[in-house]
Formats: sequence, C-alpha cells, structure tokens
Amino acid sequence: MSWRDQPLGAAGDGTLVANLMHFARILRAAGLPIGPGRVAEAVRAVQVAGLANRDDFYWTLHAVFVNRRDQRHIFDQAFRLFWRDPEWSARLPALSLLLPQARGADPTPKEPMSRRLAEALQGQGDDKHARPRDETPPGETFDAVMTWSAREILQRKDFEQMSSEELAAAKAAMARLVMPVAMVRTRRYRADPAGARADLRATLRATARTGGDIIALRFRAPRLRPPPLAVLCDISGSMERYSRMLLHFLHALSASRQRVYSFVFGTRLTNITRQLRFRDVDEALSRVAGSVEDWSGGTRIGHCLAEFNLHWSRRVLGQNAVVLLITDGLDREGAQGLAAEMERLHKSCRRLVWLNPLLRYSGFEPKFLGARAMMPHVDDFRPAHNLQSLADIAQVLGEHTGHAMRPRIAAGSTAA
Amino acid sequence: MPLPVPKNVDETLALLKAGSYVADRSLATAAFLALKLGRPLFLEGEAGVGKTEIAKVLATTMGRRLIRLQCYEGLDVSAAVYEWNYSRQMLEIRLAEATEASRETLEEEIFSERFLIRRPLLQALDPDPDGPPVLLIDELDRADEPFEAYLLEVLADYQITIPEIGTIRAPTPPITVVTSNRTREIHDALKRRCYYYWVDYPDAVRELEILRLKVPGAAIDLSRQVVGFVQKLRGEELFKSPGVAEAIDWTNALVQLDRVTLDPTTINETLGALLKYQDDIAKIRGPEAARLLSQVQAELATAPPAR
Repeated sequence: MSWRDQPLGAAGDGTLVANLMHFARILRAAGLPIGPGRVAEAVRAVQVAGLANRDDFYWTLHAVFVNRRDQRHIFDQAFRLFWRDPEWSARLPALSLLLPQARGADPTPKEPMSRRLAEALQGQGDDKHARPRDETPPGETFDAVMTWSAREILQRKDFEQMSSEELAAAKAAMARLVMPVAMVRTRRYRADPAGARADLRATLRATARTGGDIIALRFRAPRLRPPPLAVLCDISGSMERYSRMLLHFLHALSASRQRVYSFVFGTRLTNITRQLRFRDVDEALSRVAGSVEDWSGGTRIGHCLAEFNLHWSRRVLGQNAVVLLITDGLDREGAQGLAAEMERLHKSCRRLVWLNPLLRYSGFEPKFLGARAMMPHVDDFRPAHNLQSLADIAQVLGEHTGHAMRPRIAAGSTAA
Repeated sequence: MPLPVPKNVDETLALLKAGSYVADRSLATAAFLALKLGRPLFLEGEAGVGKTEIAKVLATTMGRRLIRLQCYEGLDVSAAVYEWNYSRQMLEIRLAEATEASRETLEEEIFSERFLIRRPLLQALDPDPDGPPVLLIDELDRADEPFEAYLLEVLADYQITIPEIGTIRAPTPPITVVTSNRTREIHDALKRRCYYYWVDYPDAVRELEILRLKVPGAAIDLSRQVVGFVQKLRGEELFKSPGVAEAIDWTNALVQLDRVTLDPTTINETLGALLKYQDDIAKIRGPEAARLLSQVQAELATAPPAR
C-alpha cells in the first residue's frame, strides 16, 4: 500500500521519542493496554531496527504495542493517521489539535475511522481523556453513529439501577449457588495426609530434616477447581422480562469465580465477558447495554450457536468447560440448522446445561420446534417457572446436583 | 557452525530463507527484535501456519540447540523445570547410614546438583558452547494459568529458583519462542514481556513459494492449482480452514498419486488430507469442489504466468 512508502514523519530530528510517546498515548486512550514501560521498549526497539524502512518501522511498533489480534485494526488506523503527515504530528505535542480539522485536511479517508480511535484522538485534544467515556448515559451518544444495517430491529436498553437491598439479596443468592458441575479434578496435587499418592518430594525433604533415620511417607491428592463456564443467554423479546435479572446473575457469576465467559444473543451473538468484569454492577450493565444491539428482538438460536461454534468455542471451551444455555427455545427461524449446531456444541463441552425459564407450570413438555431440536443434545435440562430473582436461579441450578438428569428421563417417566 | 544473531531485518529474512522458511518481512522484523533484544517472540495463529517451524528453523540455521517444551493442562514444575531423582536420593540415605556419615551434611548432600533432573526450562538456562539455545514453549494455551504465571518470572529474568540449591541464572538468555493456538487467551502480563506476532495464512504468491520449496517434486501447474484451491477454501465458511501444513500434505499426497493437475474426482478422494472435520468435508465434496476448481482454473488461465 502506498501509505507505507511515504517518508516517515519526524524521523530524523530529536522529536522521535516524544512522538512515540504521543502515539502510545493515543493507542492507550483507544483502549490498548500500554504502560510507560512499553514506550521505553518501543524506543529501544526502534533504535535497534532503525528507521530506514517505513514497513519495518510499522512492524517494529506493531511487535511492541499490539498484544492481541483484534488490536491490529486500531493500531493500523492509528499508525496511518499519526505517522502520515510530518506537520500534523509535529503539531501534536502542543496538544492543540482538534480532530475534525485534522480530518478536514485529509483527502477522502477510505474507511470510517474507528470510533474508539476518534475518541482517543479527541481526548488528546481537550486533555480530558481521564474521564471514562461511558459516563454519559447510553442512548444519548449512540444515535449519531448508528450506521449498521437496518435489517434487524436494533434496540438499546437502559437498565434500572440496582438497589442496595437487591445487591445484598444477590450476594446471598450467589453464596448459596451450587453449579451443576461444581468441581473438577485437575492434574495438579496438593499435600493431603489422606491422599492416595505418595508425595516423594515432600517425603525426601522431611527425611533429610530428620537425618535419614526414618523415611515417613507424605501423601498428596489432586487439587479441585471449578471448570470454566460459558454462559449463552437469550435476550430476545420473549425473554425480555428476565434480561435484567439474568445480567445481574452473569455479573455476580463473573465476580464470584474465575474463567466465566458470558455471551448474549438474540439475532446476533455478543461477547460481554469484558464488560461484565467491571466491579460495579450498574456500570457493567450500562456497558453491556451499550455494546449489545439486539435487545428484545427476534431470536435466531441456530445462527447464533453457529457463530459461537465457529468463532468462540475453540477459544472458551478449551479446558473442559461447562456450557450454560439460558433460552426459552423459541426460534424465529423455525429451528433451522439448530439441531446440528446443538450437537456440535454438545460435543465440544464437558456438560451442556439448558435453563429454560419459559415454563408456566411444572408439567412442561418441549413442543416448540426449537426446543424439540435442542432437547436430544442437552445433558441437563433445568426447566423453571417463576424465575424472578437470583435466588430462583441459584435454586434451579442447585437442584439435583450430582445426579445426571437426562432430559428424556426427566420429560418422560420417573427417574431411576 | 553456530551463527551470531543477525544484525538487521534483512539478515533475519535471509536467515529464515536459508532454513527454507518463507517469511513475511513483518515476521522477520518481529523475530529480529526478539533475537536482538533478548526477549521472547510470541507467535499466535491458526493451527498449521508454521509457528513451531520458526523455532526449528532458527535453531537449525543458527546452529543452536533446540529445547522444546510441549505444554499441556497440569504441566507443573516437576515436568517443566526440575525434579529430584528420588530413588537415588533414597539410596544415598541408606548409603549414608552404612558408612555412618555425618547427619548434618546429609541434607546438603542429597539436595545437590548430582540428584537434580533438569527439565526443559532449566536446560535452557545452562550455558552452551554453541551459544544460547532456542527454547520453544509450544502451545502455551494448553497449559493452565498457574503455569503461565510461573513462566512470567522465568521469561522476565531468565532465572529459576530452586529452594534447596538457590537461584540459577542464565549467563545469556536463550532465544525463546512461545506459540499459542488461542484456545484461550494468554494473560496480557505474559504477552507484555514478549514481541507479539499474529501468524496469518500466507497470500497466494507466498504460498506458492512455500509449496515449491517444500514439495519440489510437484508439477508447477499442480502447485498453482493447489494454492488457488486452498486460498478459495479459506474464503468459505469452514469450521477449520486448511493451513499451510495441510496444503503441503495434500500436495505430497497428490504427487504420490502421480497427479499433474487437479480434477474433481481427485479432489473428492483426497479431501481428507486438507479438511479435518466431517462437516467441512461434506460441505465441500462434490459440486462445491467442482465449482471452486473451475473458478481456480478460470483465474489461472487469465492470470499472467507466475514468476
């Protein structure tokens, strides 16, 4: 591409270090995790790799600043903008830059700039980038940038804030929660006098201490830890009345244990794991509300599961994860391709638990096409009615723990 | 003969080329930085794009020893770093009893280097007459988080602490290559200590170059068709797109079958070398393969002859 062949801005003079610093600050404001150490690292790397070749310079900074594949795009745009025009980058240190002017000087940008990057550059201008960008209420800021397809009904949602009473109740419920697969053995061991295996390392150490007269065996047992958990939660119209509570559940779950991956889906699949990491439940939820676009719309379960299987299953189900699927099984597309995707999902996880809140009475039988397609591929079917609070979820998930409850048995006659 | 570290990106590129590894200049830049500044090179990418190969090629062309640590869940210190030779230690204790050696020195005695079994990470810190070895930490995503955390200390300072002996420090840091298939995200703290590079599928020109190098016996037309077909497959929605390794395997298989060009029947019969999931095979086999092949043939007919 031609932009890489252009001469490097501000290369020869002594402002390179300052420019690298500003470049790093822009990347940081755009969300890349870059500390001061990285900047020093970048300076050293550039000194070693040299500035003769713009391509090399690009990849040198890339090697230092980029940490994940999905950051490449932001980096690429930032690099292009920042290092293209020597005069422009020379103006930057003054922090007097206002982005729209800079873009005005830019002859027809080929692709729209990433919103994060735009915000980062603006933050540089007015020097208020310390302020978290989601402080403004969602809904006010987003309408202007709604450029995606109008095929689906995309909606934003504003959640009521959580009261302190609810917060306390949620904590109590999470403390009582027992997941269907609570603990799994790992291949690591801990010292345990009642363990089944001899711990030779500890034995020898103890022996050496006593001078070798007695070799008293020490023992060890496998460590237990909760398996990773992937939660796929339906947020379509038919599930609307549960969505706030379910998100609270997901947030509490993410906070109470490690390795929880959360996804929500309606007509499309959204990974909300990172948003839920914010400690404060209201902040986390407003971030989720801001990043999910298909609240209370239709459901395409098959399509969303296919997306999960293709793009995420290998990344989050790697270490024997348990999948918790929360949906009513009502599918807009008439369960098209759903059975095959359910089968694949079932085969790539340790245990697939389906929590169905549709149930209005206890004698539920899955009659909908979607539910019928899903049933054969579920390890554990947890129907629920009156799912109004976290305590209800905790109770539903905690029931029958330890006993494999095959759906066919549960739906049919009495379990053995 | 052991070679010193290359002086610039061009030399790194030449070095990889000498090991018959066709690399992008971008990859060479990252590798050069890692070599020059003594930091690990962190390679991420789909399976079969040649991540592990880079470490092997670096070891061969630079004449260094390759130490490979294959990660798996539950990998712990005794398998990755060091272990004591327990049976010999016990023998030593019995021997000490027989000779009535002093009890005070026993502890020092049995926890000395004589009884230490060195595992890959510790081996990599040992001085080597050929220069620092190449340490390949393969598929780190398979190991669990505790091991990753342990690795932080090792990769930051290249030192390992054994309580009974003390701290062992590498005189010169090994050339470290860490690979990940991204079956889970590696923690940022570890990546921060490395130079990151995402190894992508090569473009058609580069892939043809790779095939010509790796399967010299294949007819040029065949190689070109294979590249075209594989590149087309990567555009399809497949569960696992074929990597370079699969393309090489497939070409080898076709050469063994004495094929000089692709035809739909051959593709259907040998698709198993390229696609490893039944769903993918079912999707491509038959009319879809024929359609892709005719596209490839049409494109090759109009394209100028390759270099």
